Amino acid sequence: MESVVSFRGAICLLGRFPALAGVDLDVRAGEIVLLQGPNGAGKTTVLRACAGLVPVVDGEASVLGFDLKTDRRAVRAQVGLLGHDSGLYDDLTVADNVRFWAKAGRARPADADAAMARLGLDGRLSSVAVARLSAGQRRRVSLAVLVARRPRLWLLDEPHAALDQAGRDLIDGLMADAVAAGATVLFASHELDRAEAVAHRTVMLVGGLNTTTDWSLAATSSPAPVSVPEVPVV
Amino acid sequence: MSESRVSVPNFGSTWHDAKLVMVKDLRLEWRSRVILGQVVPFAVLVLVLFGFALDPDRRVLTEATPGLFWLAVLFSTLLALQRAFAVETADGVTDALRMSGLDPAGIFLGKTLGIAIHLLALEVVLLAGVTLFYGATPHGPLLLVATCLAATAGLAAVGSIFGVLSSSLRVRDTLLPLLLLPTVAPVLIAASQAFAAAYADASGDGWRWFGLLAVFALLYLAIGIFAFEPLLEES
Repeated sequence: MESVVSFRGAICLLGRFPALAGVDLDVRAGEIVLLQGPNGAGKTTVLRACAGLVPVVDGEASVLGFDLKTDRRAVRAQVGLLGHDSGLYDDLTVADNVRFWAKAGRARPADADAAMARLGLDGRLSSVAVARLSAGQRRRVSLAVLVARRPRLWLLDEPHAALDQAGRDLIDGLMADAVAAGATVLFASHELDRAEAVAHRTVMLVGGLNTTTDWSLAATSSPAPVSVPEVPVV
Repeated sequence: MSESRVSVPNFGSTWHDAKLVMVKDLRLEWRSRVILGQVVPFAVLVLVLFGFALDPDRRVLTEATPGLFWLAVLFSTLLALQRAFAVETADGVTDALRMSGLDPAGIFLGKTLGIAIHLLALEVVLLAGVTLFYGATPHGPLLLVATCLAATAGLAAVGSIFGVLSSSLRVRDTLLPLLLLPTVAPVLIAASQAFAAAYADASGDGWRWFGLLAVFALLYLAIGIFAFEPLLEES
């Protein structure tokens, strides 16, 4: 299967601190891979490096065929990152935000509207300023932006954080749908019960190094059993 | 490393992205009313305070109108710039911009256009203000309008460059004036001289100053188009 993420001894520095100290990582097309590890292990740095936001200073690293050491900016339009921050304009409404970021990524207006409907943000909520939303609602708006842009690689940092039960089910369903549509998902989570149920396999990171890859999930966690709330399909 | 190269913009997509960013910034102002509710009243207040500080004698105020007008614009520009770039740094928006696929040159032109439109609206209010408070009446309206357009383009272009440069720094609120004010001193001088000519019906001299403003604006627009990408990366 096509390699989407390939790291060989990848080193990333945050200031002078080696946030990644020689990570090896392979993610193939169509996989859902869970990054696991304690706080400060480097999970967020791996995701941000894959998004081309953190430079890889040594080793080898490529994402979707783009060499992150020489041209990390080129990969950005192909990947979607759901980070800790929302990446939204507080004073704009939900619809303003989703449509702006969708247009920026050359998505059609219909994609933005469909994404808002999929995330339950159509109707009254669409005209509410983001500043007035709860943390969970903001998370849904960020997800709607990601869905509308249809990235080839989804990078999700604690995607279940701040979401209620329905929201968590929804995001599991979105990951399954993304993979079914040909995308690949790499995500970090501390909510292991839920995350391991969705992931095909787990990569463990400790102190900026990956220690183990658990392949056992592959047999037990096909995307099919995920329960998804009844919302319009994108 | 090859990452430090400066990319040459594709003008079709650059213009598309510039319009997108400009419309977004105008919509942000429409929703938040920060320029209308805070920056415009501040600018009018500055005009009034100049009046108190100088002299109740209108002759002094009338003679000083060009300089006072552009000082009020300059101070208000600082507030408008701080607002324009504060919204781009809050809650991970800078990363979202980097990831967006928008052409950095388009982002620069969009921000510059948005800021320029806000400043032009502010200048209309200030022109009414100097007429009302200082009793100044222009005799060369064409030069006046041309000066406003060229000076505003220069202020907005320089402001966008320094705005993104300082946006991620903790000291941005104090650093921005330190960077901006010396750089735009030529705009203050040339725009004040051109305005003085327009108010004194001596437009011939004024057009030479307008030429300087136009060169300044074009120079910083060109710098911004090519330098905004590395500046956005480092911000």
